[in-house]
Amino acid sequence: MGKPKEKMKHSVPMPKQKPKVRIHNFNEVALGYTEEQAVAEAERCIQCPEPQCIRGCPVELDIPAFVKLIKERKFDEAIRKVKEKNSLPAICGRVCPQEEQCQKFCTLGKKWEPIAIGKLERFVADSELQKGMQLLPLSTPTGKKVAIIGAGPAGLTAAADLAKLGHEVVIFEALHAPGGVLMYGIPEFRLPKRIVEAEVAYISKLGAKMRTDALIGRSFTIDDLFKKGFNAVFIASGAGLPRFLRIPGENLGGIYSANEFLIRVNLMKAYQFPKFDTPIKVGKRVTVIGSGNTAMDAARAALRLGADEVWVVYRRSRKEMPAREEEIENAEEEGIKFKFLTTPVRFIGDEQDWIKGMECIAMKLGEPDESGRGRPTPIKGSEFIMDVDTVVIAIGRTPNPIIQRTTKGLETTKWGTVIINEQTGQTSLERVYAGGDIATGEATVISAMGAGKRAAKSIHEYLMKREKQDIHKNT
Amino acid sequence: MQKTERTRILGTANMYRVLVKKDLAPQIKLVKVYAPDIAEKAQPGQFVIIRKDEKGERIPLTLADWEKEKGTITLIFQEVGVSTRKLGTLEVGQTILNVVGPLGNPSDIKHHGTLAIACGGFAIAAAYPIAKAFKHSGNKVISILGARTENLLILENEMRDVSDELYISTDDGSKGYKGFVRDLLKALIEKGQSFDIVYAIGPPIMMKTVCEVTRPYGIKTIVSLNPIMVDGMGMCGACRVSVGGETKFACVDGPEFDGHMVDFDVLIKRLRIYFPEERKADELYQKLGKSRHGQA
Repeated sequence: MGKPKEKMKHSVPMPKQKPKVRIHNFNEVALGYTEEQAVAEAERCIQCPEPQCIRGCPVELDIPAFVKLIKERKFDEAIRKVKEKNSLPAICGRVCPQEEQCQKFCTLGKKWEPIAIGKLERFVADSELQKGMQLLPLSTPTGKKVAIIGAGPAGLTAAADLAKLGHEVVIFEALHAPGGVLMYGIPEFRLPKRIVEAEVAYISKLGAKMRTDALIGRSFTIDDLFKKGFNAVFIASGAGLPRFLRIPGENLGGIYSANEFLIRVNLMKAYQFPKFDTPIKVGKRVTVIGSGNTAMDAARAALRLGADEVWVVYRRSRKEMPAREEEIENAEEEGIKFKFLTTPVRFIGDEQDWIKGMECIAMKLGEPDESGRGRPTPIKGSEFIMDVDTVVIAIGRTPNPIIQRTTKGLETTKWGTVIINEQTGQTSLERVYAGGDIATGEATVISAMGAGKRAAKSIHEYLMKREKQDIHKNT
Repeated sequence: MQKTERTRILGTANMYRVLVKKDLAPQIKLVKVYAPDIAEKAQPGQFVIIRKDEKGERIPLTLADWEKEKGTITLIFQEVGVSTRKLGTLEVGQTILNVVGPLGNPSDIKHHGTLAIACGGFAIAAAYPIAKAFKHSGNKVISILGARTENLLILENEMRDVSDELYISTDDGSKGYKGFVRDLLKALIEKGQSFDIVYAIGPPIMMKTVCEVTRPYGIKTIVSLNPIMVDGMGMCGACRVSVGGETKFACVDGPEFDGHMVDFDVLIKRLRIYFPEERKADELYQKLGKSRHGQA
């Protein structure tokens, strides 16, 4: 009996591009399970009578059911099961922090490695994409129109759910391509853009219309949308302006916000300059300030753009890093270097006002602050200078202010996020809902999707209730 | 072909068709584009971001004019690099892939009394709707137009129509006063002409020097900044400028700012960040020409 037990202990690893190879290309790092690997992993699932994994999923995916279908090699049925709850499975399978969610609750995980739920989700989604998508049956039109602001994870999820319920849905996207952070933020090597395009196409096929180049607040206001006949609006406009450190020298050449750096690389394909027209400048010694997934993405992109050395500078230590463990490991494998308990205090420019150095100070962690992590404080006299020629600042973003400034009566917090009822997603305005980063501040793709789902549900209830009231009024 | 199909499903193939195209001066071109939603909302001082084709950059262009009834917007640009050169190849009937706007905060149009519109180069196009709006709201508009040389001077007649007085300067003296816009402004002020407010719209160095002229007189001076932008809607932070010692984003906080607070040296240096890359790409484009990039 020794052997089967061994098999239960470890999850099937997913093949990856070798670090030495992948640092020279933008192709996807993780290569995906084969059928045999997926089935072998699915066989590890013990099908708990009271599955805990579902508790950890913001979109309440029926995980044991789809894993069982993989085990039985019923892949078409497996993806259908997934799509009952999740309209972006190939994306979620890649970028969800499963270790913090479903996999954290996996019974198997108490003693051994949990089931690789994300990898299995990716497997069934990819196999369907390869075969060509199958459509789910649509319900009958309700005659109600919903405007969704922003084609990112929250907006796309809400659009899919509302379209499935028979509402007419139009998504207004400010950029030239739908996808939001999936398109402009997460690099090709972690989430290929053809995957995003395919899943967006699926949502279009469900009936949602996409209108790109439409910045709500400028191109149209929310009032305009109601005048155009929309019955409800969902604001899912995402995170906005990058945060800077507010230290001297921040406007020198060679200093990017992570947003700018990644938009140039991902959305504008600057890594193919001059074949594509948008340039990017990456020097030999790149430093990324920050420690989230965005910082890892920027650091790994910089390496692929030809940097000799890439440092990640973080004011706390490795164990406080908010990035996914998997992404930190990928970065380490690729040779990204880390300088912990360090923070920059000043940027130093050359004669051309290009960054040439960064003065840093060492930090120590004190008592936990409101985030529960040790509060970093500078150690006097520990200043030192790092030679750098490119800096990417990845310390977060503040909400985009345009909708708030142009919508009367829309209440916001002092940080600029839109205030919502957390259960329903409703804002201070009756027919206006919000969710994702614009309401919560920066969070994950899957939590934005969860918010999209909740909002879709309450928008649907609201519209159908109104319908009933209208019928009563008319009779 | 598959690509076209995909684009159609995603609905990204918006049709921004060129209806009129004119050469205003060597390398300065005008296109009138069908974009009814933008024309409907446009206000003086606002801009659009355009992307000519699938490989194109996103570049900001100030709205030079618009006609709500016809659903058109007018863009005027100078061919200085690959993106503007490609835009210059567009003929009537062809389309621009993406146009988003109107972006940025509109000019604060109200009654001031007498104002000067100091503008130069192809940015006279950006000044035109502002001058027009101020004229219509009952201000006395004194316009000062500058150009390097006579044949680069654009929109003289249009500006004359919306100005009470109009002065012209050229660097080489081929038309009007020989010198700079700032010299003419200074001369007017010294002659006793009072201004309630000055708008300076043009190359950064010109705006900077105009601000230096007005500063000692304490005349409020508004400038319209033109830093590098990528998204143009408050995401990337490429357009950050230093205003009164604070970092501001030209796309959502501007593009107009109090010129006496702006650090123009930072603006000028940040505009130069990609000069080597831009030059390299431009040389390549000129050499390989349209064959490689293909015409829309």
